[in-house]
Amino acid sequence: MSMQGVAGEDKIELSKEESQQVKLRSRKLLLSLIYPVRGRLLLSLFIVILSQALRVAGPALIALSIDWALPAALKDDTTPLFLVVGGYLFAAAATASLISWFLRFAAKLSQDVLLDLRKRIFVHTQKLSLEFHEKYTSGRVISRQTSDLDSISELLDTGGNEMIVGILYMLFTATALVFLDLPSFAILAISWIPLYFLTRWFQVNSKLMFRESRVSSAKLIIHFVETMTGIRAVKAFRKEKRNQGEYETLVEKYRHINAKVIQLFGIFDPALIMIGNISVAIILLWGGVRVLEGSLGLGVLIAAILYARRFYDPMEDLAMFYNSYQSANSALEKISGVLEERPSVPETTKPVALPNAKGELVFDKVGFHYSNGVEVIPEFSLTVPAGQTIALVGTTGAGKSTIAKLISRFYDPTSGKLTLDGIDVRDLSAKDLRRSVVMVTQEAYLFSGSVADNIALGKPDASPEEIEQAAQAVGAHEFILALPEGYSTDVNKRGGRVSAGQRQLISFARAFIANPAVLILDEATSSLDIPSERLVQHGLKTLLADRTAIIIAHRLSTVSIADRVLVMEKGRVTEDDSPKNLISGSGKFSKMHKAWRDSLV
Amino acid sequence: MKQDKTIATVLRIFPYAKKALPRIILGIFAAVAASLFALAIPQLLRSLFDSLDNSGTLDTLYFFVFLVFLMGTLEAAMVLLRRWLVLTPGTFVESGLRSTLYKKLQDLPVSFHDRWPSGQLLSRATQDLSLIRRWLSFGVVLLFANALTIVVGLAILFTFHWLLGLIFFLISIPIWIQGYRFEEKYGQIARLSQDQAGDLATSVEESVHGIRVLKAFGRGDHAARKFAAEAKGLRSTELKKAGLIANIWVYLLLIPETAVAVSMLVGVFLVAEGSLTVGGLVAFFATTTVLRWPTESIGFLLSMTLDAKTAIQRFFEVIDEPVLIKDPEVAETISSPKGRLEFKNVHFRYPDSKPEQPDLLRGVDLALEPGESVALIGITGCGKSTLTALTTRLYEVSSGSIELDGVDIRSLTRVELRSHIAMAFEDATLFSASVRDNVLLGRPDSTEQELKEALSIAQADFVYELPDGLDTKIGEEGLSLSGGQRQRLALARAVAAKPSVLVLDDPLSALDVDTEALVESALRKVLKKTTALIVAHRPSTVQLADRVALMQDGKIVAVGKHSELLATNDHYRYVISSLDAAGKQIEVS
Repeated sequence: MSMQGVAGEDKIELSKEESQQVKLRSRKLLLSLIYPVRGRLLLSLFIVILSQALRVAGPALIALSIDWALPAALKDDTTPLFLVVGGYLFAAAATASLISWFLRFAAKLSQDVLLDLRKRIFVHTQKLSLEFHEKYTSGRVISRQTSDLDSISELLDTGGNEMIVGILYMLFTATALVFLDLPSFAILAISWIPLYFLTRWFQVNSKLMFRESRVSSAKLIIHFVETMTGIRAVKAFRKEKRNQGEYETLVEKYRHINAKVIQLFGIFDPALIMIGNISVAIILLWGGVRVLEGSLGLGVLIAAILYARRFYDPMEDLAMFYNSYQSANSALEKISGVLEERPSVPETTKPVALPNAKGELVFDKVGFHYSNGVEVIPEFSLTVPAGQTIALVGTTGAGKSTIAKLISRFYDPTSGKLTLDGIDVRDLSAKDLRRSVVMVTQEAYLFSGSVADNIALGKPDASPEEIEQAAQAVGAHEFILALPEGYSTDVNKRGGRVSAGQRQLISFARAFIANPAVLILDEATSSLDIPSERLVQHGLKTLLADRTAIIIAHRLSTVSIADRVLVMEKGRVTEDDSPKNLISGSGKFSKMHKAWRDSLV
Repeated sequence: MKQDKTIATVLRIFPYAKKALPRIILGIFAAVAASLFALAIPQLLRSLFDSLDNSGTLDTLYFFVFLVFLMGTLEAAMVLLRRWLVLTPGTFVESGLRSTLYKKLQDLPVSFHDRWPSGQLLSRATQDLSLIRRWLSFGVVLLFANALTIVVGLAILFTFHWLLGLIFFLISIPIWIQGYRFEEKYGQIARLSQDQAGDLATSVEESVHGIRVLKAFGRGDHAARKFAAEAKGLRSTELKKAGLIANIWVYLLLIPETAVAVSMLVGVFLVAEGSLTVGGLVAFFATTTVLRWPTESIGFLLSMTLDAKTAIQRFFEVIDEPVLIKDPEVAETISSPKGRLEFKNVHFRYPDSKPEQPDLLRGVDLALEPGESVALIGITGCGKSTLTALTTRLYEVSSGSIELDGVDIRSLTRVELRSHIAMAFEDATLFSASVRDNVLLGRPDSTEQELKEALSIAQADFVYELPDGLDTKIGEEGLSLSGGQRQRLALARAVAAKPSVLVLDDPLSALDVDTEALVESALRKVLKKTTALIVAHRPSTVQLADRVALMQDGKIVAVGKHSELLATNDHYRYVISSLDAAGKQIEVS
């Protein structure tokens, strides 16, 4: 199984090649994150080396105080003592200020990396096509951007510094020991052999567990988000108890895997301490023998013991770092997978400029099928002259929305090409395309923020007057004024306080203010009551006068303002004429229209 | 913002950690024991070095090395014991808190969820709870153990020589002062940072749920800029946090080292003077080495405790939220429901609306006889949807009452009420489950026949053509369906629940004319037996109902047959009839 992109994301045990592939891509991501800050990274590395070198001077100075300053003091010569103490104080002050500076600097560094990564994932997921989002699901995207990023941030926050400080500290301690007493160092070096095997054991086991933990955490988040966003339906259908059961199963699974990880660490950490303590005992034994023989100074032995003990001091921090590293690494594996996904409707690298679109649309032998091979639209050709208003009519699943999605480039045709003013839409920059083509859908999503903010989404630099004008044009002004704080009213989560119809009016105003050359309305008025619909229709007449429009509506009232009606069935256009001609004819549209007229009273 | 007392806040979590508490306390003892064994090693060294200094023998060396080895082993064993004692119970506490939070959130009324962005809830359920777990099984244990170790260590330092001990003690005092100051400043920033993380999660959620809108308007960049601004806000808070930590580290590093330097000076004099042995001095230094980590860790543990405190606060913000819509203490029950629904002088206003705002519903009176279906008509935003939401107590009436078969719905349990009344919402929510489970949500024990009937009434036969038919997984984690398809499944769900009262909120808005006609004719059969309240925007939907109730200005202003109202009521004609407009439009085209 290929691990390309998000494929195989829930897999825990990977084959050698798969694991290689995943490792490579997350390493590549890591390098690309570090590259922009490499200069600062080197500088901070330098600082930390300096601070640790100073810090390691401690035991040596203590040894000096006993082997040199003490005998001198006994002879009433206190100069060496003051020198040693002064040196010790200087080293301590320098270490403290350097480390403090390093902590600040490193925090800035890691926060910059984190910000970079956050932005990258955000921007990238926005770029990925709808097809990806529909398959990958919102809960997963959210968990990638929240809990996965949390574990990386945790690593950067604490782990990163600790690792650098810890490793250097150990390195310097070991080096100091080489100069101080080679045999003691040799004993320490031998202790690295069990250390290596211990670490390896921890690494192999924890890797799988962390991967499992990420997958399990994502499932938890998906369930949580789904419950909270669908809370009305949960309550109305008494799903609480069943939900609780399902959620608790997921919680327990997540707990279980977490506990396993922690237990693993619970063995790793004391084993480290044990290795450290054994080394100290052996150094003490060997050193003591030599002191008794008279071949080693007592002060040197003391320093060697202090060094050996200190050598293992940061091991616990390092182990903890390794823990968060593994967790972050599994997160990075998943994130790099998402970042590896290529948008199936990629933005062109050599865009053809279209500053002022007129709005002529040409479908040239366009066909569309899903990636699983299911054909939605067989090849067809169609020309929509600039400024024409087209109504797409047909039963659910006839392919109307697909046409709308092709024009707005949510999908690309699988064969043929679609042009706007003679330019293939694939050759337009996203900026030009989105300025020229805007789609309003039935699902009128409102973002948290004020009503005005939501309308201004169509034109971010719109003035308050423009926003009001847009609302007036679609007949939303009155109800907005009636809201508690008018245009500044917070629409709340998922537009909790505004009705479905009002949401549609706001999103209509949003489209109006965007002023595109091509406007697509996909069931955009389905929830409006009749008075609002009348107002919208009135607004539409002015709105659509000088632009191309594609209207998909089940209610044929909207259709009557179209210049041309296309009746679709199973992905094919079966009727194509002016509404007048179609109504007076004997085709499907004529029947539909009659049925609709009858339904009006 | 009010700064709660750290200890009082933190203590609130302990009832939830009751089961784990004995093991946590034992864990503290194990941690202290580990430190004591570690502290014993310098004592051994002291005796050993003194004997080495005074021509000791190999035997004494072996003896002491063995003891050092033994103490080392015991230390490791105690660490193992501490981890074994504390860690697994900690994960149970975390999962217990997580389930408790989820339960509470499901219990809280819709108005709570309207108010709280779900990103803030999510960050509480994930980030905050794992922080609490780490603090309970790690922070709290080490904080106690390390503080104890420092006290014991200080006492031992006094045994070497009172002067050395005093020096160490006096010089350590600034650490405690700085620690206290640090707590004050850090607490506020920790809170800010967690809230900002929650806001960021909300932005992420919205960018994903609103992806279609962002794409349609090409506003991905706009959203990204907003997100980046928020992320930068979080970054600068994190940097402030780091600045505080960096400051405290200066003290944590410098003060013990200064103490060592001063003791070195004094110690050498003391040895020279003869009131301290060389071994004593060495052991003194070795002890300070053992104390180094506990002292340094205090800073880190303190900030962890403060983070945990904020997380606990955030957790209790949800837990403390009163459940305003709850079951009565003594619930009545309707054994054989007939389905008579009556609104009596129902008033409603959103709890957070301003005092000068009039009530949204201002005295709704309406009775639905068993088996009768009533269409609810009114302009957008007049309160129709809210009125329907009141029937199942998704929101609660502000005054007045709603009665089902003569029983106030507030005296039924919510579960019973919602089994009598089933709703279909306009924006249909499907869950990550099979088509079957989604449709049978309200009545999981239905037969296959009943399921098929419901699907056919809602004209949802498309489900048989899905990859796995009725077992196809849909919803968040499954196949995505079109708006019309979702709406039909939501309708099928309400029908399959076989309630005595059906509440349909504009249930056919996303359907095309043909499908709508089919659904309507099938639905008529169901409505013959079932009481129904149907929010409608179109005349065709109104035709489903026996009577029509017209809402205006928060009241029912007219009730009657469609044709009657059409003939007599101007406002009704304004709201429901598009004949006029349609006639004109045809002329236009």
